[in-house]
Amino acid sequence: MAEIAIETHDLGKRYTLGVSGRGYGTLRESLVEAVKKPLRRGGRSQEQPNQLWALRDLSLTIENGEVVGLIGHNGAGKSTLLKILSRITEPSAGYADVSGRVGSLLEVGTGFHPELTGRENIFLNGAILGMRRSEIRARFDEIVDFAELDKFLDTPVKRYSSGMSVRLAFAVAAHLEPEILLVDEVLAVGDASFQRKSLAKMSEVARAGRTVVFVSHNLAIIQALCKRGILLERGEVQADGTVDHVLDRYLAELERASEADLVEREDRDGRGWRQTLLKRVEMIDPSGQANAVIGGRPAKLVIEVTEPMPGLECRATIANSLGQPIATLDSEISAPADARDPELGPSIECEIPTVPMLPGRYRIDVVVKANGVYQDGLQGATFFDVEPGVMEGRPMPSHGSEGSVAFPHSWRLPP
Amino acid sequence: MLKPMETETAQSPAAIEQPVAPETIRLQPSRGFSRVLSPPELWRYRDLALQIAMRDITIRYRQTALGGAWAILQPIGFMVVFSLIFGNVAGISSNGLPYPLFSLGALVPWVFFANSMLLGSESLVSNAALVSKIYFPRIFIPAGPIVAGFVDLAISTVILLAIAVIWGYPPGVAILTLPLLIAIAAAAALGVGSALAAINVRFRDVKYVVPFAIQLWLFITPIVYANSSIDQPWRTISAINPMVGVVEGFRWATLGTGDAPWTLIGISAASAVALFVAGLAYFDRVERSFADFV
Repeated sequence: MAEIAIETHDLGKRYTLGVSGRGYGTLRESLVEAVKKPLRRGGRSQEQPNQLWALRDLSLTIENGEVVGLIGHNGAGKSTLLKILSRITEPSAGYADVSGRVGSLLEVGTGFHPELTGRENIFLNGAILGMRRSEIRARFDEIVDFAELDKFLDTPVKRYSSGMSVRLAFAVAAHLEPEILLVDEVLAVGDASFQRKSLAKMSEVARAGRTVVFVSHNLAIIQALCKRGILLERGEVQADGTVDHVLDRYLAELERASEADLVEREDRDGRGWRQTLLKRVEMIDPSGQANAVIGGRPAKLVIEVTEPMPGLECRATIANSLGQPIATLDSEISAPADARDPELGPSIECEIPTVPMLPGRYRIDVVVKANGVYQDGLQGATFFDVEPGVMEGRPMPSHGSEGSVAFPHSWRLPP
Repeated sequence: MLKPMETETAQSPAAIEQPVAPETIRLQPSRGFSRVLSPPELWRYRDLALQIAMRDITIRYRQTALGGAWAILQPIGFMVVFSLIFGNVAGISSNGLPYPLFSLGALVPWVFFANSMLLGSESLVSNAALVSKIYFPRIFIPAGPIVAGFVDLAISTVILLAIAVIWGYPPGVAILTLPLLIAIAAAAALGVGSALAAINVRFRDVKYVVPFAIQLWLFITPIVYANSSIDQPWRTISAINPMVGVVEGFRWATLGTGDAPWTLIGISAASAVALFVAGLAYFDRVERSFADFV
């Protein structure tokens, strides 16, 4: 076997915006998502204003058997890189040498046809993923077992629930055995137990000595599966090394971004209507200190937007430093104590009587809506520290304990 | 775009499991012709080609009440209407054949050609999810409806022959030329269909042009009338339209009457080959950008 699975040399991908995109299909979608940022920042648009480099001068070497996590903000070029390596699109500059059979999993269920039965779709989808007919036949029973769908094999997929078709799709994909596997954000499907099963399957693949390039926003999954991390930022490699090192670097970047003026941030959720934008998000201590609160004490989450609008609603997700969500505070799910206060203007306040969290650093992802219309969303809108405190008289460990949550409790012990 | 750095060796499926040295492919900006006309590349993806063709066959009439009967209902429907309208009009020669039989003999290959071209031209756009998420030689996509069309064509040809025999016009040995005629129609349909599919990726105008163009094409093809009713030299020149040779040949081959229209078939075959080569060459040039535009 060759020592090197993937080698890229000054790889670049340029997209042309404008007339040719004219409102159709994936170019527009992927570009709005992937490439607008450099344009707005003005850094990457030297030749012509409508030519954008989604990837630029990317040189990487990935050895056989390496399991690499690609990390970066939306639009950093991760998906573009996977698309080039899987030959869906051509690079505009440089080259990539790829040694070995490539299987790409850029979407679960690519090519599923709703009119075909589960059985027919297994063969079609398997062929699409690059399996030989004989391979599919050999693994057919395994696939059906994994998907837990043996009763519905001869039912058209359009009669499946979305959970069922996702299970079937992942089952086919999980039995793909290429030498190089490219995976883009596909583990976040199905219910919790199926996700666990999928993750176990993925780590089995990762351990089996295959080369895997993995994209996910779930940093905990990246950390669990990958040894090496590569951080992409605006189409260039920002950091490359052990996964822990690169994750630290990425989290630091996220934090730096959260210190910038929120209105200026460019990694906003593309779905937002943007009539009003997130301007300030802070977790405030009773003493007035921002973004440092004490466990077991009260705190107030303040979200300010640029324009006051009728019917503002907010959803804040608190995640630990690896991006794993711990709690969601959602104003659309109302309680009797909720109130609308005309004095607030463009601000939303959320009172937290007791911060039920262990010491550590946490991140808040925020989404705002106005009269049900999605307006704006930011991942890592702010970060805050929880200092060790006392939960109902019981001191919290300063750090190093497992978990993120502190809840009131009391023991009864034998003398 | 693909330049194998090591010599390619044919791999049997079992060989995949062996730790053979994997070939290295270089992905880089490409120029000129590259993929469609690369038989090893097409062969490597044969299983996918088979699956796509089978999908197109399977879904064609799924959840339709009449199913495969549609293969013949379309030409029969045209035949009835044309017979009522043109069959009684003075001056339309049907080469001495009953008009319904005369028109059906032409409609069977025509419907195959028209459907293949129409579905082919829409195919890349309707398979956008595949094109933007997975690599394979894209030519399989517009080729799929043609393969599926063969099934329909087989059904409708058998029924045409049955009707002809019952009517007292049994086919002669000329029927052996059918594969050639079908190949001409398929080559023309793939050439035109794949080029239109490629243009459709960039300009959705194709969607509106094709149904209209097919209607016009029907009337410049000797379907409601006989080629022999055209004056020379246009009678022969018109065979640049590949369907002229196919349609006249099909009548001759299935209905067992008239002289062999070899001149027309020859011109049409040359024209079909030209369309095939030009269509695939264009497809090949633009194939690499499909995922960026579809």
